[in-house]
Order: sequence, then structure tokens, then C-alpha cells
Amino acid sequence: MQNDTTTRFDWITISLYLIIVLFGWINIYAACFDDMHSAVLDFSRQHGKQLIWMGISFLLAVAILLIRPRVFSNTAYIIYGLVLVLLVLTLFIGSVTNGGQSWIDFGAFKLQPSEFAKFATALALSKYVGDINTDLKVRQTQGILSFIVLIPALLILLQHDTGSALVFSSFLLAFFREGLSAYILIIGVLAVALFVAALLINKYLLMGILAVLCLGYLFVWLSKRTSKNYWHTAIFFAACCLFTLSVDFTFEHVLESHQRDRIYVLLGKIEDPKGVGYNVNQAKIAIGSGGLTGKGFLNGTITKADFVPEQETDFIFCTVGEEWGFLGSLLLIAAYVGLLVRLIVLAERQRSNFARFYGYSVAGILFFHFFINIGMVLGLVPVIGIPLPFFSYGGSSLIAFTMLLFVFIRQDADRNSLF
Amino acid sequence: MADKYSNRSGTVKIIFLVVGVIFIARLATLQLFDKEYKEKAKNQSLRNITQYPARGLMYDRNGGLLVYNEAVYDLMVIPRMVKDLDTNYFCNALGISREDFLARMEKAYSYSPYSASIFMKQISKEEFGRWENLLYKFKGFYISKRTLRLYERPIAAHVLGYVGEVNEHDLEENPYYKRGDYIGKSGLEASYEEQLRGVKGKKIMQVDVHNREIGSYMHGQLDTMPLEGMNLYTTIDADLQEYAEKVMANKRGCIVAIEPATGEVLTLLSAPCYDPNLLVGRIRGENFVKLNEDISKPLFNRALQAQYPPGSIFKVAQAMIALHLGVITPSTGFVCDKVLGCHNHPSAHSVQEAIKMSCNPYFYYTYRRVIQQGRYKNIYKDSQYGLTVWHDYMNRFGFGTRLGLDLPNVKRGNIPDTAFYNKWYGKERWAFTTIYSNSIGQGEVEVVPIQMANLAAIVANKGFFYTPHLVRYYGPDSIRNPEFYERHETGIEKEYFEIAQRGMYDVVHGAGGTAHKADVPGIAVCGKTGTAENYGNDHSVFIAFAPMENPKIAVAVYVENAQGGGGTWAAPIASLIIEKYLKGEVERKDFEHYYMEINPCQKLPLTRRIKKPKKR
Repeated sequence: MQNDTTTRFDWITISLYLIIVLFGWINIYAACFDDMHSAVLDFSRQHGKQLIWMGISFLLAVAILLIRPRVFSNTAYIIYGLVLVLLVLTLFIGSVTNGGQSWIDFGAFKLQPSEFAKFATALALSKYVGDINTDLKVRQTQGILSFIVLIPALLILLQHDTGSALVFSSFLLAFFREGLSAYILIIGVLAVALFVAALLINKYLLMGILAVLCLGYLFVWLSKRTSKNYWHTAIFFAACCLFTLSVDFTFEHVLESHQRDRIYVLLGKIEDPKGVGYNVNQAKIAIGSGGLTGKGFLNGTITKADFVPEQETDFIFCTVGEEWGFLGSLLLIAAYVGLLVRLIVLAERQRSNFARFYGYSVAGILFFHFFINIGMVLGLVPVIGIPLPFFSYGGSSLIAFTMLLFVFIRQDADRNSLF
Repeated sequence: MADKYSNRSGTVKIIFLVVGVIFIARLATLQLFDKEYKEKAKNQSLRNITQYPARGLMYDRNGGLLVYNEAVYDLMVIPRMVKDLDTNYFCNALGISREDFLARMEKAYSYSPYSASIFMKQISKEEFGRWENLLYKFKGFYISKRTLRLYERPIAAHVLGYVGEVNEHDLEENPYYKRGDYIGKSGLEASYEEQLRGVKGKKIMQVDVHNREIGSYMHGQLDTMPLEGMNLYTTIDADLQEYAEKVMANKRGCIVAIEPATGEVLTLLSAPCYDPNLLVGRIRGENFVKLNEDISKPLFNRALQAQYPPGSIFKVAQAMIALHLGVITPSTGFVCDKVLGCHNHPSAHSVQEAIKMSCNPYFYYTYRRVIQQGRYKNIYKDSQYGLTVWHDYMNRFGFGTRLGLDLPNVKRGNIPDTAFYNKWYGKERWAFTTIYSNSIGQGEVEVVPIQMANLAAIVANKGFFYTPHLVRYYGPDSIRNPEFYERHETGIEKEYFEIAQRGMYDVVHGAGGTAHKADVPGIAVCGKTGTAENYGNDHSVFIAFAPMENPKIAVAVYVENAQGGGGTWAAPIASLIIEKYLKGEVERKDFEHYYMEINPCQKLPLTRRIKKPKKR
């Protein structure tokens, strides 16, 4: 029986997980390396601590694989409730690090509840979606689901951890799979495009271009010119103009100044490699100097010389780029994409809505982290401080991601025994 | 559970793959195609540390040390790395005030908080020794070793020159120099800069974000060792130089002594002299201002840069050219008819006598024959021809040309040519009568003292000279400059120079000679007196060479604004120089004492003397 279960675990996913975690540790070791503290088991150093987190994570993973899968769906709301309590508690007793009040201090270690909130929210959402009585077409259901996502997101936003709060938008992927209108995604993409365009070029010019496009759509491409089409186009145009005009307000009054700067740096409107653009510039230098094969393990001149801030956490990919070069980076990206695609394959073979939705949630969360983290290091998206899953230094993040993933692996192993 | 949205899984996978491909494409541009980042990485994580070679030393002609180096220390600071500094303790140790400390820190900070800048310059070994063992307490400060020039004997400042920090011009001119480097600014230090400086070495160190060194780069494969500067073996006779400076200590003027057979400069000075040690190290700036503002212009190298009318000494060259052109013969005589002002003397019946007595009318008539040789009926055309020939021969004597000696800023003087007068008076608007003042070394003729010493050498050599120079050879391979071994001929017959020599011998020894004070017992000194018209009193000038047979030394002495002509002041001083050099010691103690103590130079400042208007 035990053997049967073991063979049913998806070893491809587990292998990819192990590869990423171990390669991550190697790079943390390199990023923090100095000649005085080269002992692998030096637990006062980050690489030593990460070994402890890895040990805990592996134990937890094994434990999760041994637990009956029903336990997770049955306790989903309890876990979700507990995490909400922790998030609220964090607001009152949390310690402040890097401007974010995200940690609860337990003396020997610090817990970051927001990392676990993703896992809990994924469980709770999946539980609700998986309920036989749930009909996603019902407004009330949609409202409840939105609440489940938005409550933790808002609590995290209150901790000034915008990055982690944004991660909750990744559940859109799972909802997309469950039938969320593709228009929402298209509107989302359009909004981002308009936002960027409004920052880069004159707003009235932009509206002019939109007007030309709309008119062109109406009179050149559109075959049936019904009054309904006219109205829709007009409304669309009006909405775009309003949005465009609101960009300035959003930008100046909703975003904080460092967020504005990061966006400007990305768009190339600020050239300040010594100031607000420092991180990204240094990251690019570190990665760019790696070349095809990299400078070799422990030989990174930029990362080892502490030019890149946060290099063992959010900017860990710099170390990969510099020391392992294009080939190493390529393999890491391939491993992530492989893991993500594999998760979709697994999710699709689930027989319960709970497991499928949970699988997509896991894939969505991991993808969002992967996209934002590496995108920011490569200077493709604004700097948003979220870790690279399984790879960045950090106990809460590694443990939470491990739980997130292995609960799904456990569900997958049991996919046929349900019902 | 097949549902109508299961096909959306494909879309999701495509999104994942597309993001992966975008990342890989971005990585490829950053890592494989864009070279900019590799360059930047090098620039910021590597620091080139310059290793300064020791500057070459200088020796005199007898192997005595003239210039050497002394280690000094620059205290460097990296402001960002200064931590837990006990400011009072630090200031006390260094002996500076708190305000001074703050000002220096401010300056360093404004240069760069992360890079090293000089906190305190040129700290002596002794001073550094007082707080060397405390240095470890001052985080962010470190010591950089430099060298300073020091001078074994406080002599020959004008010849040796001085070294100073490079300026903007130097930096633009030559990429070898970096800010803060030293460069020869004048004298031999400047003209042999490339040989003396050596080649800087380079050490590449890896640094971290705080600019701390964290090890060598590529195990030092790219590092280069500094190449030591080459030593200069000069032609200066330090003993003679020191003696000459002592003689001129309280006077203004200059002395140039040359070994005629080689062109090697034995002594070159411009009085007032100054101690070269004054222009070294931290005291340099202050002293430089003082010297620069001194009314007697000690920084002005008169021997190379002062352009005077040559006066009567010029007559020697005039006579040689006239003889060579055949416009007079050795036995040509002219009556001293006072066509030009002259002193009382019998008329000269030969060139030799004319030189001895320095008869002005004699050279007036001689020069007339040189300028108006009768080749053309038109006296203007005739004068043009004559002047061109004369100008050419004067050039061969080194007059009106920049002598190619190995010191910077040598003036050329002026020998007027036809173009000069055409410009001044108009073409064919001038003839001998317009320019006759040149005949006795007045008028438009100007010479530099070194050219006068060279004239003495030419007569000593009977018609040729080697370019005067101050360095025999340099470096471990004893490299010599071939230009200094090229014999420059005047093209004038030897026997005419023998006449000049006899005339110059008579100047010192003969009855009616103008410079009996130049006589050195036991040595056949030949000389010629002169006065150089100037503001204030005329300069007293004398050129000489000795001994007459196989001359060892040719010398020119200028004493500024000294009443009484060349024979009164310059001649006895020249005799002291000759005696010192040929005998090693001056035996005429009273004579020596007298001319050392006395200062015949008119007191400064001079009031401008009204010059007689130029003839038109």
C-alpha cells in the first residue's frame, strides 16, 4: 500500500522542486560567501540558516505526503481563518523590516504570515469552488470568492507589502480556467498598456490615436455597422479616455514615491544608476557580465563584492546570471517553466474541482512570483520585492511554498481514490 | 468532469512558455550580445592601483650625486569608511586643528565618499613615524608612499629644474599622466621627463561595493611592475657650479661655461640663484610665490632666456665674417675717426689690434664693407645682398638660432634679416647707414648669454662648435644623443680664428687691452669685453676661453647693471671661474675675496633709462 502511494507521487514535479531548491542554496552560499565564513554548516550565516529551513521544509513535505489528502480540504477554512488572525496580529505586533510590517518575531526566528496567506487562500478558494453547490455563474458566489481573495490581500497591503498583495491577483489564472470571461484578462492587459502609454507620451496625443483607431474600427474593418456597434465603440472610447486621464491621478496620489520611481526607471524616464535605478542597473551589470558560461561558482565579482543589494533574497537571480552565465540561467528558467507546465498537466488530470482549482492556484502563484521576480531582475517589470519561489533565501517563503506545492502533489497522488 | 473550458489549459501553458522565451531572449541580449555590461562590471569591481617607479637620479660630470629621492607619505582617506574615529585623538596625533580636520574631510567627501583622496600631502618620514603605530585605529585612512626630489647640494636649480603636479594641459597632452601625478616642470626635469619618470606599474585589485580591496584580479596576471626611471649623467661640474654660484651670490647676472672640445656645459647659472630644495614638498607653493614675485626674478633663467644686445663681443664674429668674405684682410687698418663714439686709443692697424682695442669705428667700416660689397649699383639692393650673406654667417655662429641644447625654453635672440628690415622700413628703403648700429653689437641685434659662451667656444675651437648640452648620457645603457656629436662648422678659415685668438689674448695681456683683470697667473686666458645696453646701467659682459693652446673652458659672464664695462666686473669674475676650473683652487685669495664680496649691480628697482630714438 505504502509502495503504491509512493509510485503515485509525481516524481517529475518533486525532482524539479529538489533541483531548484538545491541550486538555490548553492547560489545563496555564493552570494553570501566570504573567505572567513566558508563552513557549510555555519548556522549564523544565511546559507547555514537556509539549510535549516530546507530541513524543515523536507520534513514537512514528507509529512504532507503521509497525511490523508482529505485533511486539507476539510480543514481549509480553519487554516484560512488562522492565517487571517495571524495577518491581523501582524498589524499590531509585527516587526518592521525594509519598510514593511510583515513579520511576527518569535525570538529565535521570524514568521512572515503573508507567505502562508497565499497557501491558505488557495485552499479556501479551492474548497469553496469545489463545493458541489457552488455555481460560479451566480453573482453571490463571485462576491464571496472575491472576498476570500481580497481580505488577506488588503491585510497584507496594510502591512505595506504591496508585492505580496499583488500576488493575490494570480488567482485570476485559476478563475480563467474555470470560465472567467477572457474579456477581463484582455481589459487587464489593455489597462496596463494604456497606463504605460499614458506615462510615456502626451495624453491628448494618446486619446487622438485611440479616436483614430476607433473610427478606423468602425468604418474600415467593421462589416456590420449597427447602432449597437456604434454605442459599444463609443463607450469603449469614452472609457479609454477616462482611464487615460485618470492615470496621472493614480500615479501621483495612489502610488508611493518609490513605486513611481521604479516605474519611471523601468520606462527609462529616469536615468539614475546611482540612485533609484541602482538595484536594477547593478543587477543588469552582474548578469550581463556573466556571458555564456558565467564566471564560475564563487567567482562572481559583482555579486560577491556586494554591489547588488538583496542579492540572496529578491535579487538572487543575479548570482545565477553572473556565476553560471547564460547556460545556467537558461537551465533554471527551463526548470521553472517545466515545473509550471507540469503543474497544469497535473491539474488537468484531477477529477475533483477542488484539486484542479488548487492546482491552477499553485501554478498561478508560482508563475506570478517567477514572472515578477526574474522580470524585475532583468529590468522588464518594475521592481516589486517578492522572492523567487524555492530559490530565494528565506524560511517562511521556502516553507510556505513547499507546503503549497506538496499539498497539491498529495492531492494528485490520490486523484483516483476520490469519489 | 469534462468541462467546456478545459481547452484553456493550452492557453495557460502557452503563456508560461512565452514568458520563458522572453526571459531567455532578454538574457541572451544582456549576456551574449551586449558588451556594455561586461565593461561596466570591470570598471566598478576592479581598481587599478598605480605603482610609481622611482624617478631617475642625476649625477654631475665627476659622478657626484646631484638629485635623489626621498620617501614621503600621503595620508589617504575614503570618507565612507571612516568609522568610530576619535576626532580629538586623531587631530592631536597629526597635529592639526579640528577646523582643519573638518575642512579636509569636507574636501575629500565632496570629491567622492567612496573613493580615496589625499587627506594630507607629503608627510615626512619623521612625522609619519610619530603616529605610524596609531594608524590602525583610524579606519578609513591609509598611507600611500610617494617620493620627493632632494638635492645633495643646494646648487644648479635652473639647470635641474623642478617637479610638480600635472596640470590640465599636461593631462590633455599626454594620456600617460593621471591627476595627481608628478611631472618635470622645468630644467632637466622637464626636458628628460620621459627618461626620468620611468614607467608606472599597474596592479589590478578587486574591490567590493565599499571600495575595499578583496583580492587580486586574475591572480595578478595582468599586473605590471613599474620600470625605474633612468639616471641622468650630466655634464655639470658641481664644484665649479657651486663656486660660480658663490661668486654670484650677491649679484645679478649669469654665467655659462662650456668645454669647447665637446660642447658639454660645465656650469650654467642665473643669479640670483636659489636653493632647489625650496621648491620641494609642502613648502613649494609658498616658496614658489615668493620667488615668482621677487623683483630680481630668480626664477628667470637669464643664461637661456635673457636677450641682450651683445655689445663689443660681437665684433669678434663680425671680424671673422668680414675676413672670410674678403672685404678686409688681416692687416686692414681703419682710422679711429670717432664716426661712432669710441674711447681714446690709437688707430688699429690690423684685425688683431681692432679686437684688442675694441675700436668702434673700425667695425663700423668693416660692417659697411660686409653690407655694401659693391655687387649692385643700387645701394639698397647691395645692402640687401650683404645683409643676407651676413645673416647666414651669423646663423652659423649660432646667433639668431635656437641652440638645440637639452633644456626647455631657450630663446633664439635676433639677427635681423632683409625681411625684418623690409617690414620695418619698407623694401629698398634701408641701407648700411640705416643699420650700422649692428656693427658694434647694438641696434637690432640680440643674443642670449649661452650663444655668447658658444662664441667663445667657437673661437677656442677655431671655427666649429658642438651644440652645448647638459647630459652626457642616461640610463643603464648609457644612451647618448647623437645630435650632440654633430660638429657645426662656421665655414670660416682656421687662420682667421687664430687672429681672433691672438686679439683676444691681447685683450687680457696686451698693452691697451680692455680686460687685464681677466689674467690668471700661469694661464693664457683669451677674452673679449662687452657692454650690453639695457635699462639702468649697462650690463658688464665678458667672454673668454683658456688656455689658449688646447682650450679646456669657454665662459661667458654677465653682470647686470654694473657700471664700468666688461673689463671691470665680468672679466675678473670670468678669471676666477677659469682659475677654479683649471687649477681646482683659486690662489689669488684677496682678488677672490674682493670680487665675491662686492656687489656692483645697481639697486632694484631700476628707473627706465631714456633710450635714444631709433634711426629711421
